[in-house]
Amino acid sequence: MDNASSILRVRDLNKSFAGIVAAKNINTDIKPGEVVGIIGANGAGKTVFVNMITGYLKPSSGSIEFAGRNITGIEPRDATHIGVCRSFQISQVFMSMTVMNNLLVAISLANHDTRSLLRPLNSMRRVRECEQVMERYKLSDYRDQVAGTLAQGVRKLLDIAMAVVSKPKLLLLDEPTSGVSVDEKFDLMDIVVNALREQGTAVLFVEHDMDIVQRYVDRIMAFYQGEIICDAPPELALRDSKVIEYVLGPGHAIQLVGDRLEESRHA
Amino acid sequence: MIVKTLSSDHTIGWVVASFTTLAIVGLFLPNWVLNGTMFGLARGLAVLGLLLLWRTGLISFGHALYFGIGAYAVALLEKYTGVSDIFLRLAAALIAASVVGFILGFVLRNYRGIFFAMLSLAFSMVLYGVLIKSEALGSTDGFSVSQTTILGWQPETKYPLFLMIILIGALAAVGVHVYFRSALGHLTTAVRDNEIRVEYLGYSVARAIHLKYVFSAALTGTAGGLFAMALGQVDPDSMVNWTVSGELVFISVLSGPGSVAAPFIGAVAFEFLRTFAFELAPHAWQLIVGGTLLGIIFFLPRGLWSLMEHVLMRKERRRG
Repeated sequence: MDNASSILRVRDLNKSFAGIVAAKNINTDIKPGEVVGIIGANGAGKTVFVNMITGYLKPSSGSIEFAGRNITGIEPRDATHIGVCRSFQISQVFMSMTVMNNLLVAISLANHDTRSLLRPLNSMRRVRECEQVMERYKLSDYRDQVAGTLAQGVRKLLDIAMAVVSKPKLLLLDEPTSGVSVDEKFDLMDIVVNALREQGTAVLFVEHDMDIVQRYVDRIMAFYQGEIICDAPPELALRDSKVIEYVLGPGHAIQLVGDRLEESRHA
Repeated sequence: MIVKTLSSDHTIGWVVASFTTLAIVGLFLPNWVLNGTMFGLARGLAVLGLLLLWRTGLISFGHALYFGIGAYAVALLEKYTGVSDIFLRLAAALIAASVVGFILGFVLRNYRGIFFAMLSLAFSMVLYGVLIKSEALGSTDGFSVSQTTILGWQPETKYPLFLMIILIGALAAVGVHVYFRSALGHLTTAVRDNEIRVEYLGYSVARAIHLKYVFSAALTGTAGGLFAMALGQVDPDSMVNWTVSGELVFISVLSGPGSVAAPFIGAVAFEFLRTFAFELAPHAWQLIVGGTLLGIIFFLPRGLWSLMEHVLMRKERRRG
């Protein structure tokens, strides 16, 4: 792969927790605007990988380079500043605030300008920007609803919309469809992927639903015991013998259950 | 939603109107009522400082630290330099409290919940301990504070001081209100709701909390300075002891977090509640005060201010 054109370069990344290897010799490159799916069984190291890129976990060794800059072990908020954002497996929104205020806070923090923070939250400019975001993410109907009362799917959308108001170059989505009902899943992903492709944001997303993965990604990275066992376009990856053995299971049994183990690591 | 409607634009108007009314009514009040109102409003300013932290999800059981620092700054300034001017006194109170708040903020910003509350209490009791043991700082008796002058003018009544207290209270209320409406002010609720999200939006939660803590210390310190001037005396038991911190938390609950005006209403109500309770039952006044708090918690969980919210909401509904 051409290194000069990649936005994210990961080299020899390792992570172990008290003897348990959670990431082993991970090497990969992500191109600008690319949509990559990360698959793997429970505890395969998917979320650990995502968490290392956004600075939530520090790698034991190896390097992560973003847009030509070494970001290994960066603080999450600094990652945000340089254009690496993420959404969460469990929506992380401001539960007692309205959808609009959630987005307004995100927008006001996105332009890192202390002086603008002193202006009213609902200043004309911010509200206008907020309305555009709500339009793009189909959140306009919920604008005055308190986030804690939203349906899972809508809250997920809000979570993702908040992560991208700063127009990041790379977005990591940790199980965007977990906890979302089957009939909402495709709508949600349509909205998100279309909006992100329009914006040219590269997306790395962890997903268990192979229908979703197949439909939206350019490339699949399959994890098993902390290692990447396959990194290829979906039509090849999903036929790979190792992927079938370790990820999809015999007879392509598609796993739909959420990743409990990794979920608890989040909390 | 209620809070939003109330505080949208009317709050500033309300504060100005209340200030004017109080300024006029103050001219006709008997001395003891005037005094009580001054004590109440000064405490209200301290509670406004607590409200700032409360909205961030933090409760300090040791804000008497800043109340005391403000009060002692006024007394010590006079003792060592003879200054009695209100502006210099206030500056001393505000600066002393802010500096201490800034330093302790580095420690406290790492704690939440009960740990934050108890650590605050511990710091305040350290100051209490130092004060009662130190002769130079007045020991258990404290100092008296001479009458406050205003730019060299020595007023004959307490009314000018009263006017200054309501003026500063009104300015602080408007300032905090504008702050709450700003993006930075909304970070209070945001931090309370979800720290992880705030960090991932690119803002340091530690910095946000530190900033609010210093702001809160400054307000409470100023309040302590005003209280010392109104009382004409400072001493550890009525300024720095844990019971003072308790009173401030009590008033916070009594007032409710709904508005920047609430702490002042709650604090004045508390002052007169205590006066009348003492009058009524000199040996069991705490029972009346405590019972009132229980009643508030049961029937008005959002404090006295929720009564106001009902009235304003009904008005809103009638308007359509």
